[in-house]
Amino acid sequence: MLQGQTPSPARLTHLQRLEAESIHIMREVVAEAERPVMLYSVGKDSAVMLHLAKKAFHPAPPPFPLLHVDTTWKFRAMYDLRDRAAAEAGMELLVYKNPEAEAQGINPFDHGGLHTDMWKTEGLKQALDHYGFDAAFGGARRDEEKSRAKERVFSFRTATHRWDPKNQRPELWRLYNAKKAKGESMRVFPISNWTELDIWQYILAEGIEIVPLYFAAPRPTVERDGLLLMVDDERFRLAPGEVPVERSIRFRTLGCYPLTGAVESDAADLESVIREMLLTTTSERQGRAIDHDQAASMEKKKQEGYF
Amino acid sequence: MTSYRPDALIASDISAYLAQHQNKSLLRFITCGSVDDGKSTLIGRLLYDSKQIFEDQLSALESDSKRVGTQGQEIDFALLVDGLAAEREQGITIDVAYRFFATEKRKFIVADTPGHEQYTRNMVTGASTADLAVILIDARKGVLTQTRRHSYLAHLLGIRHIVLAVNKMDLVGYDQAVFDQIVADYRAFAESIGIAAFTPIPISGFKGDNITALSENTPWFAGPALIDHLEAVELDVDAAQAQPFRLPVQWVNRPNLDFRGFAGMISSGSVKPGDKVRILPSGRTTSVARIVALGGDRPQAVAGESVTITLADEVDCSRGDVIAAADAPPQTADQFQATIVWMDQTELLPGRGYWLKLGTQTVTATVQPPKHLVCVNTMAELSAKTLELNDIGVAEVYTDRAITFEPYADSPDLGGFILIDKATNATVAAGMLNFSLRRAQNVHWQTTEINREAHARQKNQAPRLLWFTGLSGSGKSTIANLVEKKLHAMGKHSFLLDGDNIRHGLNKDLGFTDQDRVENIRRVGEVARLMTDAGLIVLTAFISPFRAERELARSMMPEGEFFEIFVDTPLEEAERRDVKGLYKKARAGQIVNFTGITSPYEAPLNPEIRVDTTRESPEAAAERIVEAIMGTWSPVI
Repeated sequence: MLQGQTPSPARLTHLQRLEAESIHIMREVVAEAERPVMLYSVGKDSAVMLHLAKKAFHPAPPPFPLLHVDTTWKFRAMYDLRDRAAAEAGMELLVYKNPEAEAQGINPFDHGGLHTDMWKTEGLKQALDHYGFDAAFGGARRDEEKSRAKERVFSFRTATHRWDPKNQRPELWRLYNAKKAKGESMRVFPISNWTELDIWQYILAEGIEIVPLYFAAPRPTVERDGLLLMVDDERFRLAPGEVPVERSIRFRTLGCYPLTGAVESDAADLESVIREMLLTTTSERQGRAIDHDQAASMEKKKQEGYF
Repeated sequence: MTSYRPDALIASDISAYLAQHQNKSLLRFITCGSVDDGKSTLIGRLLYDSKQIFEDQLSALESDSKRVGTQGQEIDFALLVDGLAAEREQGITIDVAYRFFATEKRKFIVADTPGHEQYTRNMVTGASTADLAVILIDARKGVLTQTRRHSYLAHLLGIRHIVLAVNKMDLVGYDQAVFDQIVADYRAFAESIGIAAFTPIPISGFKGDNITALSENTPWFAGPALIDHLEAVELDVDAAQAQPFRLPVQWVNRPNLDFRGFAGMISSGSVKPGDKVRILPSGRTTSVARIVALGGDRPQAVAGESVTITLADEVDCSRGDVIAAADAPPQTADQFQATIVWMDQTELLPGRGYWLKLGTQTVTATVQPPKHLVCVNTMAELSAKTLELNDIGVAEVYTDRAITFEPYADSPDLGGFILIDKATNATVAAGMLNFSLRRAQNVHWQTTEINREAHARQKNQAPRLLWFTGLSGSGKSTIANLVEKKLHAMGKHSFLLDGDNIRHGLNKDLGFTDQDRVENIRRVGEVARLMTDAGLIVLTAFISPFRAERELARSMMPEGEFFEIFVDTPLEEAERRDVKGLYKKARAGQIVNFTGITSPYEAPLNPEIRVDTTRESPEAAAERIVEAIMGTWSPVI
């Protein structure tokens, strides 16, 4: 810098600030943890998180593997993108399926809440123990749900993966305490401070590839308990006389296809999706069967180890 | 309903809308006040008006409002922001929560902290990242003790913008006289604690007055409305660009031998290729070669950005170092005066070693007994020997090596720190460095010609510190004595420090409280360290019950010279032997703070040597110890 001259102020936008914060968090984990991993669910939040990781460690590939805790019931389009995205990032992809759930044939049609519990909650704990990861990046955002608003960026978990909302470490400035005893671990949420709109704007600005299911297209659907479900493969059990109807639909969140509600829409490109999102009157998680039980259900699940 | 969002534009031209919104800035603020001041209601109102509340949340809110709300049949906005089930049942919020909303110009992150228990800890946490604080006052109650507390904490954490939101104006008939009186009262107080300027706004969170637009109910108020003000204030990150360049190195990126990038977030200033920089603490200078980014190198980067830069020369630089403007580098020091906020149930143990994390540096630090505490209600200075949960105190902090820093007032990134308990890993305190002590800058270590190596060489031995630990009566002194006899017979120069020669002299001012035990061991460690500098093999035989103090002693010694020897005798066995009759007295209540009975013993996790006295004779153990330490002996040069 020349003497007496200050640089022309380059005001950072909110997306630049959020990006910088997320990258800072990821680098801090890599510097302090022994064996980090990135949980990769193939959704739009995961896509953004993976893109941020590429930026954080460029020109090196992100120095940790991707972990997909598979339930075997994701949409087919998700599996396609998953394998390609990992390869393009130059990262190892680990896929974990809870062997007990597999042996018992746990599925969303017969087992209700047990499906999520065994495949996702138990599966995640098993995978983290199996590989010995001591820090796991997750794509949760604080704006998603009330109990998430208080979760730390570095969220400490006991050796049995429990989260104690009343005993969280204070988190000040940009100083994250990553110290832990053997067996204990951290869940780290680099996009904590992003909102759904921020995610969409960033996907648009950075040209990030997401699963086509986020865009409207004619797809075979049935209506159940107020949810619009997509018949993604032959395992979908139709009720007697039930016939799939083709509707123009898209998804606001992605999970197990028999549990994920679609919205009717004509928004076939990113900008149209964002327009609908801005003008919509229901929240994102409304399409998820899991949250509906009671207001505090997410908090209970998190204490048990759900991400 | 007022709203910040032009739905018409979104519907008609989404591209134009999005183009506009790429350029929003980001403001973080904190709201201070209790539930009674209408804080949650105000935040709920801000979210509601910015359409961050959806239909399904609204219907849940309406049913919750009727069930547990405090506003009769009206919507209770407070329920939107009170998160966890436990606190909803108790009717209070118990932690820091972050909320998000956006207007046309800015995205906002609101730190919402509770107004009850743990207040200091939570508010300090929320304030640490805030550009602005909204201090809420109930117009019917005026400036209260808690108003002073909130303002003091906001000021302590260096928040530059203070909004005095006089809430519930609807309940005092929008009376200007009430507002003016509160503002005058507050101004007098604010000036007394050094708050130079603040922005007073009369509002009603419940009715929506002066939130998004100036209210007709307060024609006497010239503005600004709350949102207008939040959209206009200068951000800390923009102000930081005018400061000299600093990049705390977070991580060194070495994908191959040809590339070495230094990654981190720029805490102040800006940088471009060719800039002269200095690496702290080494002081080496070089210049910036590239600013590397996915998609191509960048011509410039500014404060608040996470970057990777490469340097023109191969200089030593790793995590914890700071890359700074060559002509305006930050200072380095190892002794400071700091203001510390204690955040843990377990009080400060002065003299104990804690991890201190500042920027990307982690060192061991000890805190001296506080000079004084500050009463957050009256700002009075009180005397105290330690810091307890939610105490704020001023104390001297010593680090085990020099760190690169700036006073907190100049740079929160290089002046703010946390303390971490080495045993529990809990974050126990947050602190702000005020200045380095003069003596740290002026006193230089004597570099003598006859140094440590020379002393050791003359004695033809390598210095060692054999640290015996174990319960009273476990056999520490017995075994240590045997070891020393053997060393002596081998012509080695040694010295045994034990309770008899330390407690009766150097440490006769110390008792047996936890604090005194910590100080006792710290002094023993320092003396032992000096003796090893003289080339001696030092043996210490103290119960030394706390892991943290043993680790502190270990950290004083060069790698490989410290041997922790755990004389492992079970309590029942030690009590059965009761060589000095102490256990009998302790059981009879004649000795307080007796290790193993009324005071804890933290067994070593990874001692270099463990002696199980129920299986091994003292003679055999001593033989094994001598063999172990001599086996690792190697000539100094």
